Amino acid sequence: MSGGGTRDGSLEQLKREGRIVVVGASLAGLRAAETMRDKGFTGSLTMIGDEPHEPYDRPPLSKQVLLGNAAADHTALPRRRAIDADWRLGVPATGLDMAARRVRLGNGDEVEYDRLLIATGVRARPWPNPEEGELAGVFVLRTRDDGEGLQRALAARPRRVLVIGAGFTGSEIASACRERGLKVTVAERGSAPLVGALGAVIGEVAAEMHREHEVDLRTGVMVTALEGDPAGRVRAAHLSDGSTVEADVVVVSLGAQRNTEWLAGSGLGAGPRGIACDAGCRAFDVRGIVTDDIYVAGDVARSPHALFGYQFLSLEHWGNAVAQAETAAHNMLSESTDRRPHLWVPAFWSSQFGVNIKSVGVPPMGTEIIVTQGSLAERRFAAVYGYQGRVIAAVTFDNCRWLPFYEQQIEGTAPFPPPFTTVDRRPEGNKPVPADFPDPSVPTHGPTITLSGYSPADRKMTFTPGH
Amino acid sequence: MRLVVDLNRCQGYAQCAFLAPDVFAMHGDESLLYNPEAAAEQRENVARAVAACPVGAILLELTDEDMAGVVPQEAGAGAGSGGSR
Ligand SMILES: Cc1cc2nc3c(=O)[nH]c(=O)nc-3n(C[C@H](O)[C@H](O)[C@H](O)COP(=O)(O)OP(=O)(O)OC[C@H]3O[C@@H](n4cnc5c(N)ncnc54)[C@H](O)[C@@H]3O)c2cc1C
Ligand code: SF4
Repeated sequence: MSGGGTRDGSLEQLKREGRIVVVGASLAGLRAAETMRDKGFTGSLTMIGDEPHEPYDRPPLSKQVLLGNAAADHTALPRRRAIDADWRLGVPATGLDMAARRVRLGNGDEVEYDRLLIATGVRARPWPNPEEGELAGVFVLRTRDDGEGLQRALAARPRRVLVIGAGFTGSEIASACRERGLKVTVAERGSAPLVGALGAVIGEVAAEMHREHEVDLRTGVMVTALEGDPAGRVRAAHLSDGSTVEADVVVVSLGAQRNTEWLAGSGLGAGPRGIACDAGCRAFDVRGIVTDDIYVAGDVARSPHALFGYQFLSLEHWGNAVAQAETAAHNMLSESTDRRPHLWVPAFWSSQFGVNIKSVGVPPMGTEIIVTQGSLAERRFAAVYGYQGRVIAAVTFDNCRWLPFYEQQIEGTAPFPPPFTTVDRRPEGNKPVPADFPDPSVPTHGPTITLSGYSPADRKMTFTPGH
Repeated sequence: MRLVVDLNRCQGYAQCAFLAPDVFAMHGDESLLYNPEAAAEQRENVARAVAACPVGAILLELTDEDMAGVVPQEAGAGAGSGGSR
């Protein structure tokens, strides 16, 4: 049977006059909505978003916006088509009644659905001490408003900026500060920047980049306290090694937390690690049973991936939000036999210190790494991660044209170390070395991929930031 | 005029920076920076960049303002990004 009709015509009816509600009006939510209309959905579409803004793009916030090249309120996402939605912006969803198929809103309204898509993403992990976190001059960077505030603070030329956490976002912030000629200190608990995402071998290269650009990089330290002046402005930070850093601007860049609290008690398999769904983006309930009418996409989702041992992956990747949204939207309007699995190969980019960093696959699964093109010392290379004798991921620094090739290798479960020899000189030799990821049970500041286990509703896990 | 570049797809060929230098710029050897809300007078340059990008990475939405005084031909040009991955 093809997509056209069910025996009882219910799919046709859903497409014609059903009610679809999307919670989370950002990248994933918008792209899903567009796809639904493309698929001929003519029923009512409600977009619920707690931010007052129409969907906007986040990656420029730590790049163009901080450099002062684009205004934070100029990053609204282009539309692929009109979606004719009922927009409920500036109001959060606060509850879900799965039996009555109803979403509760912060203003007391309730919205009924036939199909629900949850795309509530993540938010910046705040500074653990709220009093210190509220000092003027202390920022996180996730939203358009954050970006606007931080860019204004940088434009005021602070004497020193302290970035806490050297994941991708923290490193990009440090890079932007240096480009603006601002003094910046970066404090990172791990042994190097980006270790959680790319391992210590690549982390060392990143550390060199920071130092070469005169970032005051402090690794293996934690910020223990922020200190304010009598006017309530931040003025200094105290570090675990006993040192003090004087700074007028502090950016807390300690990774993200999933926006799932509003689902507590709903019976959906949602917790601190995200919302578990099947490969077709259908959410699990707390009993591990897949739902028929609730779908998940984007940063808040965790879904099993056949290429990576069916492990549940949570991805904080722009491209994943787009691809998963399209798959979810397709499946929401399809017969079970026409549904597609979300088998996107994880891919990510970052731009810092003028270097283009890209990765495909799941680097944190890699146990070994080998530089296959270029050289680490020149910061222009491709390196491949191996796991149990196969290629599991690759990373490039200013060498992105190689990535599609490695993507194919990952998809084809090619052997590791790669059997081919390249024409390239290989100053680092052609033997794999340990990729050197930190202990996975210790949360890092900025992993953009989290392998999040099998249990669909793991509520026992608590995360206690070390800071 | 709103635009977004799928930088997973972008291979740094710099075609766009060549054709619409006020909107796209290379930053270092292969990172691309762009203005996500380009001015209306850049419309033609940006349309050329969209067409020239060898990997179809640029998604563009033209608003009414961008189209003011233009003979209708291709409303909302732009390659879908990320769709086929
Ligand atoms: C500064 C920065 C730089 C980045 N750079 C890159 C990069 O270089 N490369 C890359 O691949 N990715 C990057 N990303 C990640 C990328 O932006 C995300 O993967 C993407 O935004 C995920 O989209 P999403 O729609 O799933 O979630 P989000 O964009 O997080 O959107 C979720 C939305 O839901 C809203 N929401 C939450 N709870 C509720 C509720 N209860 N009710 C209603 N609404 C709610 C949120 O406020 C938010 O607007 C970056 C992110 C940031 C913040
Ligand atoms: S033309 Fe396309 S591939 Fe080349 S830099 Fe521009 S967006 Fe990237």
